[in-house]
Amino acid sequence: MRELYTPNHSAVHRIDARVKVIFTLAFIVFLNLTPSGAWPAYILFFTWMFSLSLSSRLGIAFVLKRSLLALPFVLAALPLVFTGPAPLGQIPVLNTPSLTYSVVGFYRFASIAIKAWVSVMAAVLLAATTRFPDLLTAFSQLKVPALFLTIIGLMWRYLFVISDEVTRMLIARTSRSATAPGSNRSGGSLFWRARVTGGMAGSLFLRSIERSDRVYAAMLSRGYTGQPAAQKTTRLQKKDLLALAAGVILLVLLWLLGVITGG
Amino acid sequence: MEPVIEISNLSFSYPDGKQALEGINLLVQPGEKIALVGANGAGKSTLLYHLNGIFTGSGMIRVNQLELNKNNLPRVRAMVGLVFQNPDDQLFSPTVYEDVAYGPTYQGLDPHTVREKVALALKAVHMEDYAQRNPYHLSSGEKKKIAIATVLSMQPQILAFDEPTAGLDPRARRELIDLLLELQQTMIIATHDMNMVEQLTPRTILLNHGKIVADGPSLDILRNDRLLMTNGLI
Repeated sequence: MRELYTPNHSAVHRIDARVKVIFTLAFIVFLNLTPSGAWPAYILFFTWMFSLSLSSRLGIAFVLKRSLLALPFVLAALPLVFTGPAPLGQIPVLNTPSLTYSVVGFYRFASIAIKAWVSVMAAVLLAATTRFPDLLTAFSQLKVPALFLTIIGLMWRYLFVISDEVTRMLIARTSRSATAPGSNRSGGSLFWRARVTGGMAGSLFLRSIERSDRVYAAMLSRGYTGQPAAQKTTRLQKKDLLALAAGVILLVLLWLLGVITGG
Repeated sequence: MEPVIEISNLSFSYPDGKQALEGINLLVQPGEKIALVGANGAGKSTLLYHLNGIFTGSGMIRVNQLELNKNNLPRVRAMVGLVFQNPDDQLFSPTVYEDVAYGPTYQGLDPHTVREKVALALKAVHMEDYAQRNPYHLSSGEKKKIAIATVLSMQPQILAFDEPTAGLDPRARRELIDLLLELQQTMIIATHDMNMVEQLTPRTILLNHGKIVADGPSLDILRNDRLLMTNGLI
């Protein structure tokens, strides 16, 4: 498993993490407050995010591929197409008009899909241009409770360890998944394979719990008390504040445009 | 006699570009017991993972006259039993029985044959009484033996071990070495345990930076302090 952060030396990478965090949150909030069908505003939101992605030098393919994470949200909105209010249209299936769809519902669906997609793009851009420790520091300077950050930090740290563990288990299983000499069938029944996978998940769960006990013991023995170490807060520089203010004002303007043009 | 494993000009580099194996040539005769030694990162495990096609580098590998390629991977995997360093990676079922039965069941054998093979495999590692235990709660030495049973149940001709004695207490280690002396299969054992090499494997292959730097009688290699020193083994 690879982490999302990609070290480049672009202007986007160099921005103070706090500015990026606040701007990304504001961007996502205003984008999603924009009413449905506000196409001009969507185009501008998208263009903005697209140009930021370009200037981050991550490569457009990188950002677009990762923004596919929005797919579940898009799929969740799909029923709107068929359950929205009149006017209703018919889609012919096998030459007989049978599938009813709502035009308004379709507009709503498209709006949600675009919003979800561009929001995920923004989140991907934030995560890929900011080192994870910097993100955590930024959140803590923005007064997010330390306990949450400790949990997120440990989770991120051990996610990689556990994903390595999963890889090793899968390799070990693969090397025992063989065909008997002189036979062509192998694989076992679906039920049996599901049982095996369940067993693997259970054993992984046990191992993770025991590991967490060991990690906690090691933390305690190095003096962990549950209180985070005090850290120095540097004030945001004037130019960072100005950039952030300009960004948020622009977001508000875009949102107003959306309110005027949207349905 | 035809060699049971034939490797010629095998090279492999990891996706990040790190060269892990370079120009490996190797012939293994049936019944041989071979130690694969070398410092951490020398390529021992990488070479083991090639024997059953977990990794595929460039070059040619033949197991029992069968050239390793995508089509006969499942067959080769039945011939080469790979025992991993950490038994927890290998044991994933609620009971020892189910774990040992995984290989034969996957091969689609009938339940009766599976039961027979499991019984034989558990007997071979002297763990007949453990069939209904939960593998997770066994000791390291017991887990190791069960891990060996999980591949023995497929009746492979070749056994490949990744650091089998690592982390075992002295008695578990001695029992494991006794067990490996009993088993008749061809063995390739990646290890840092030089005492085991002396007791168990007449032939040693020394790897350094992905290349074979020495291949010969274990006793000669173990007595060559200069060789062991330059390759990070003492």
